[in-house]
Amino acid sequence: MAEEKPKPKIKKKAVPMPKQPPEVRIRNFNEVALGYTEEQALEEASRCLQCPKPQCIQGCPVGVDIKSFIALLREGKYEEAIRKIKEKNSLPAVCGRVCPQEEQCQKYCVLGKVGDPVSIGRLERFLADWERARGFEIPEKAPSTGKRVAIIGAGPAGLTAAADLAKLGHDVTIFEALHLPGGVLVYGIPEFRLPKSIVKAEVEYIQKLGVDLRLGYMIGRTYTIPELLKDKGYDAVFIATGAGLPRFLGLPGENLPGIYSASEFLIRVNLMKAYAFPEYDTPIRVGKHVTVIGGGNVAMDAARSALRLGADKVSIVYRRTRDEMPARLEEIENAEEEGVIFRFLAAPNRFIGDERGWVKKMECIAMELGPPDASGRRSPIPIKGSEFLIDTDTVIIAIGRTPNPIIQRTTEGLQVTKWGTIITDENCKTSIEGVYAGGDVVTGEATVISAMGAGKKAARAIHEYLMTKK
Amino acid sequence: MYKIVVAKELAPKIKWFEVYAPQVAEKAQTGQFLMVVTHEKSERIPLTIAGYDREKGTVAFAFNEVGRTTKELGLLKEGDYIWNITGPLGNPSEIKYFGKVLCVAAGVMIAPMRLQIEALRNAGNTIVAVIGARIKKLLFFKEEIKSLSHRFYTATDDGSEGYKGLDFLRELVASEKFDRCIVMGPVATLKKVSEITKPYRIPTIVTLMPPMVDGMGMCGVCRVTVGGEMKFGCVDGPEFDGHLVDYDELIKRQRMLLPEERLGSVLWEIGGCKCGGRKA
Ligand SMILES: Cc1cc2nc3c(=O)[nH]c(=O)nc-3n(C[C@H](O)[C@H](O)[C@H](O)COP(=O)(O)OP(=O)(O)OC[C@H]3O[C@@H](n4cnc5c(N)ncnc54)[C@H](O)[C@@H]3O)c2cc1C
Ligand SMILES: Cc1cc2nc3c(=O)[nH]c(=O)nc-3n(C[C@H](O)[C@H](O)[C@H](O)COP(=O)(O)OP(=O)(O)OC[C@H]3O[C@@H](n4cnc5c(N)ncnc54)[C@H](O)[C@@H]3O)c2cc1C
Ligand code: SF4
Ligand code: SF4
Ligand code: FES
Repeated sequence: MAEEKPKPKIKKKAVPMPKQPPEVRIRNFNEVALGYTEEQALEEASRCLQCPKPQCIQGCPVGVDIKSFIALLREGKYEEAIRKIKEKNSLPAVCGRVCPQEEQCQKYCVLGKVGDPVSIGRLERFLADWERARGFEIPEKAPSTGKRVAIIGAGPAGLTAAADLAKLGHDVTIFEALHLPGGVLVYGIPEFRLPKSIVKAEVEYIQKLGVDLRLGYMIGRTYTIPELLKDKGYDAVFIATGAGLPRFLGLPGENLPGIYSASEFLIRVNLMKAYAFPEYDTPIRVGKHVTVIGGGNVAMDAARSALRLGADKVSIVYRRTRDEMPARLEEIENAEEEGVIFRFLAAPNRFIGDERGWVKKMECIAMELGPPDASGRRSPIPIKGSEFLIDTDTVIIAIGRTPNPIIQRTTEGLQVTKWGTIITDENCKTSIEGVYAGGDVVTGEATVISAMGAGKKAARAIHEYLMTKK
Repeated sequence: MYKIVVAKELAPKIKWFEVYAPQVAEKAQTGQFLMVVTHEKSERIPLTIAGYDREKGTVAFAFNEVGRTTKELGLLKEGDYIWNITGPLGNPSEIKYFGKVLCVAAGVMIAPMRLQIEALRNAGNTIVAVIGARIKKLLFFKEEIKSLSHRFYTATDDGSEGYKGLDFLRELVASEKFDRCIVMGPVATLKKVSEITKPYRIPTIVTLMPPMVDGMGMCGVCRVTVGGEMKFGCVDGPEFDGHLVDYDELIKRQRMLLPEERLGSVLWEIGGCKCGGRKA
């Protein structure tokens, strides 16, 4: 009689992430999630079933070999585990923190059917932090090819492409318009979610690979793309300028003082460190009643930053319901714990100012959900006569961003869509020979990991182009 | 880091810097501006390009010491370094032959106006220049602008030199024909001159100075209403049709962060902040 194989005991619950308690963290800008300890990481890793056909991997946009890295982690081979991740993902310390895992890798993990999926992102973060604490090793570079590549924008797409191209032996220059590198990782995502020191370490690593980083160069103004190719001697260009232009609502009263775009608010807080005003010199005014319009990551970040800057009350106004909110689940939960108030099924109509012209009220209209639209989400429909007023003295508009048009306007022959995103083929190639593009500037607002994936793909395509062109 | 190769005082609290920044000098044109970050913890502030030398690789700007950032900048001397300069930003001015051009500049903006006049003059225009300031001793570049223009006037708020205020422009534009008017200076000046030229339909170009953070189209704080449409001062401007600008909205937006700015400046002056002892 064949003895039945003992079924592995399934641990349904994930090891919880240690976090700063809400009442403490809303008084500081330090990281909320503290990261697993070694024991916690090993405990969580032990939950992985090492499936013969791992489902998790298909959920990762860059195809990290999740099963293998977890196996190596379990054996204590941290160095090999992190190397396994880095085969596909060059910024694991960032992705482990900000990937929308519940939509990606963890959504497909089989354990999700019976309990919590394996906390893949947290394990990735553990390994990346372990590595950073030891100091990065600089990988071997291929011999110099003598080819020069210009990368425009130092966000995740640009940084990733730069690292890969430098390793392949090309001479790489990054032109970044701002005075600090990192893109959204430094000017958008707040310190309490992604400490700037992590981005700094990644940038230093890329510089150690020999990449020349030029800050304060706005391409389209300082140099144009045709100039880079013709006069400045670059053999190829990668456009990774993101989607930085804030969208506004087009409603009456929108230009009243006290109404910010989320980009302005977050740039002041993150890049210019207004939270350390007056040590840092960029001011910001946060009123008593802050209202944030929108339901994505940007809205959560703005709301939680406003709380930390001392607002009495922060509400998020979103026109659909909690289920449709595009923000990461973890961040919605964090915002709720911290006391952010959510007003669902409401949309602004107009803004009303006080006698000095500062915003004091916002008129909203209630919504109901209609049938699903083309995107599959149920679209909100205004309910006639349901207008109501909200008291507010600061409004933050977080309804999306589109690509900055400067490059598109100054590069003849570059094909763009009517939304201003750059058109490429599946290898990131644009309508101009030698010019590639990837990340948010091609897809519109997306995710860090998809921008990195595009950076990797573009690096491969550019390499091939450079090595075959006469 | 960008080295200051020339630093001088044009008038009390108005300084002129020439900075070695070859990539900016290579492309700089009149009408464009720079974003300047004095040191690691400074604000980014916009300053208009007031000169450039492509051969030497330098770019020049003039600034008024009004708040903390500009006061800190004013403490730097020849040979010192500015942490970061981005530019040139914004659209260049339209420079071509128009005919007779009335150029009105007030305060620190007299400096970039000199560059603009030079360009317009080289394009064959007849230049009637007006420079103004609050009081006589704040006027500068008198000789330089006089020698570049065909006719030249000065004005002060208190009448200590030249005309008292800008009201004399009403008669000027009533008595002769101008093909274009260029105005640079505080928003009150832009508004006033635009009102004066409007009845005569003189195309009037004003340089707007809304609050800015990035200066490259990322934040929208510089939004202004021009002809009923929302425009971004930094990427759509900084020059706009003076007859279409909603000045009252701009004035309100400029006052937005005033209390905080005062606080920043005062704390810095009394040395109450830990900014690394930047104050000399
Ligand atoms: C507040 C906020 C929160 C977010 N949270 C998350 C999250 O939790 N998880 C997630 O996965 N994604 C998140 N995202 C989205 C994610 O950050 C972006 O999808 C990603 O950063 C896009 O990368 P990118 O390299 O294409 O562009 P960016 O990161 O935007 O970088 C582009 C860079 O190019 C520079 N640039 C632009 N124009 C020029 C020019 N003309 N010349 C030179 N340089 C130029 C810009 O200054 C910038 O540094 C968030 C976005 C925001 C704004
Ligand atoms: C496109 C553009 C070009 C400019 N060119 C020049 C220039 O060539 N030379 C120059 O001296 N300044 C110029 N400015 C204005 C300059 O940027 C501000 O004076 C500077 O930011 C003040 O910084 P601060 O920290 O020293 O003062 P703050 O502490 O920021 O302000 C001090 C005082 O100045 C007022 N102020 C600040 N910014 C402005 C503004 N934009 N308009 C009117 N009042 C303001 C404040 O309300 C406050 O009363 C320009 C602005 C723009 C937008
Ligand atoms: S990169 Fe993101 S999606 Fe891929 S495995 Fe890591 S956390 Fe998951
Ligand atoms: S699907 Fe889940 S349990 Fe299976 S290998 Fe992937 S992470 Fe492990
Ligand atoms: S200054 Fe930020 S968009 Fe113009």
